[in-house]
Amino acid sequence: MSSTAVGAAPATPIGAARVRRPSTATAYRWELRKLVSQKRTYLGLGLAAILPLIFVLAQSLRNHRGHDQGNIFASHITQSGLATPVLMLLFLSVFMLPLIAALVAGDIVAAEDGNGTLKTILTRSVDRGQVFAAKTLAAMTYATIAVFLSAVVATVAGVAAWGFHHVVTFSGTVVSAPEGLLLVFAANACYLIPLLTVTAIGVLLSTTTRNSAAAVVGTVGFTILLFIVAQIPGIEGLKPYLLTEQYENWHGLLRTPTDWAPIWHSAWVCALYMVPALFAAYLVFLRRDVAGG
Amino acid sequence: MADEESPPVRARGLVKRYKEVLAVDHIDLNVHAGDVYGFLGPNGAGKTTTLRMALGLIMPTEGTVQLFGRDPIREGARALQGVAGFVEAPRFYPYLSARKNLELLAALDGGGARERIGEVLEIVELSPRAEHRVGGYSHGMRQRLGIAAALLRRPRLLILDEPATGLDPAGMRDMRALIRRLADEGITVLLSSHQLPEVQELCDRVAIVDSGRVVYEGALSDLRRQGGAGYRLRTTDDTRALQIMRAQPGLDHASSSEHGLSFQADEQHVGALSLALGMAGVGILALTPELATLEDLFFRLTEGGNDARDPAAGESSDGGALSGGQLGAAVSGLAATARALEESR
Repeated sequence: MSSTAVGAAPATPIGAARVRRPSTATAYRWELRKLVSQKRTYLGLGLAAILPLIFVLAQSLRNHRGHDQGNIFASHITQSGLATPVLMLLFLSVFMLPLIAALVAGDIVAAEDGNGTLKTILTRSVDRGQVFAAKTLAAMTYATIAVFLSAVVATVAGVAAWGFHHVVTFSGTVVSAPEGLLLVFAANACYLIPLLTVTAIGVLLSTTTRNSAAAVVGTVGFTILLFIVAQIPGIEGLKPYLLTEQYENWHGLLRTPTDWAPIWHSAWVCALYMVPALFAAYLVFLRRDVAGG
Repeated sequence: MADEESPPVRARGLVKRYKEVLAVDHIDLNVHAGDVYGFLGPNGAGKTTTLRMALGLIMPTEGTVQLFGRDPIREGARALQGVAGFVEAPRFYPYLSARKNLELLAALDGGGARERIGEVLEIVELSPRAEHRVGGYSHGMRQRLGIAAALLRRPRLLILDEPATGLDPAGMRDMRALIRRLADEGITVLLSSHQLPEVQELCDRVAIVDSGRVVYEGALSDLRRQGGAGYRLRTTDDTRALQIMRAQPGLDHASSSEHGLSFQADEQHVGALSLALGMAGVGILALTPELATLEDLFFRLTEGGNDARDPAAGESSDGGALSGGQLGAAVSGLAATARALEESR
């Protein structure tokens, strides 16, 4: 900054022209751009993409005959490529996808607090509520992308390996390949209900702990805790209301006729987790002292 | 509600308490439009905490702060309209380039800030490095980027917390020149600084904080005047002049040294002294006013001032170590003794 440079200061008068304040959508777009620019983002997405590929490769090398007794989709794995995304959802929904969602959700507020960039953006023209909404939406977008990326990769790899054929549902009925494809993506969409709830819990922990590692581990730890609780004898009545039990809500879609009950049940049970978590996170974010960095 | 008459910063009874620690203790601030306002204090005095409250980053335990009549705690981003700056070091996304960082901030500012990115990068001389990631920037470059980010908002009030910290002498000089230039363009500047020469050079009004309290707020010139209007005097007969000075009412600290005579007095008594010297046949060769430096006053207020507020502070609590104020008092005492000995010779 030489004097010469200072001399190049704006010729137009500096004043307080009333400006139109940016929308939450603008803040959201920039949250996505920040995610796109970080290597960490690709770690989770990479896992979501590579695991189906490994699965298909392993099954191909195994020269699978398709007679597994445990799961109807496992037993039909070589008969239709559309069985692959269903199996992958089954495997990844329990731990891997919640972990991938937690990677970003747990980090999205805490990392900025620790780096001091939260104070940078909170001294601009967006309100705290807008920043919070943008961050929450970005974390949820990331979780959604991870789920559908996994589904797309699994579908493409499965179809490439075993063809685009009709598929058998949990009820044993056969559905056409196009309908099966629709059901695969509808199942993934249903799974988003509990996964976005996990994301909300991640955002809450990220906001309250101000520590990325604690928030990511805390989110995953919370789901593991619920799995353990589900195994405790004598509290079976509680089981339908545990978040982890909602991970299988999408099974209802793959039955004939479609069983909507588990989907509606999971929707309101997840709301019981998500709404308080987001509301608490919002209140903390609004009132917190930003002293990091 | 904000209005055009509202001062850029008006804080009343600001308190911030962290459990047992009182970081800010009933601070009042009045920054007027056009001020270059120095906010001074030793480390831990509560400067940064106060600035964070002013920007709505932390909630006051008590009291209010208004920027152009708006409360950033209650009104959020609306209260920051026309306000920009940074507290502690400016922070950016290390994985984004300087230009991308500014694009992000411009998007969060709205109002055509994006069009000014090239201009502000030019001002802080970062255009050649604009596409480089901020993660590879030096401290000084980040400070300059912090200024650029602030200028994007076309502020009426610029809040800068230690902007010259970590800069080399040339960087400091340029930073001062930039602040001066911005002030000349009509921007009110609230400048927190440890750099007393910087404040002395740039600021017209100051607040000095110590232990969370404002120990002085007002014009820098008033402070220096209050700090004691000192004079140096050279005469045709210093020995005789010193005798006259000591007999003269309204003169304090009359003393002699190899540099001549010195004393403190107001202007009226200086006039009387010159008459008395003339009547005694002592010629005045030079009579020059000497204002106390800001550094003198700062230490007097933040160290010596403690003694004045707390009668017990003059005693070492651990029976051995001296605080900065106690040490200063001891040195002053020794100097006075040395002067007396010299005069008695």
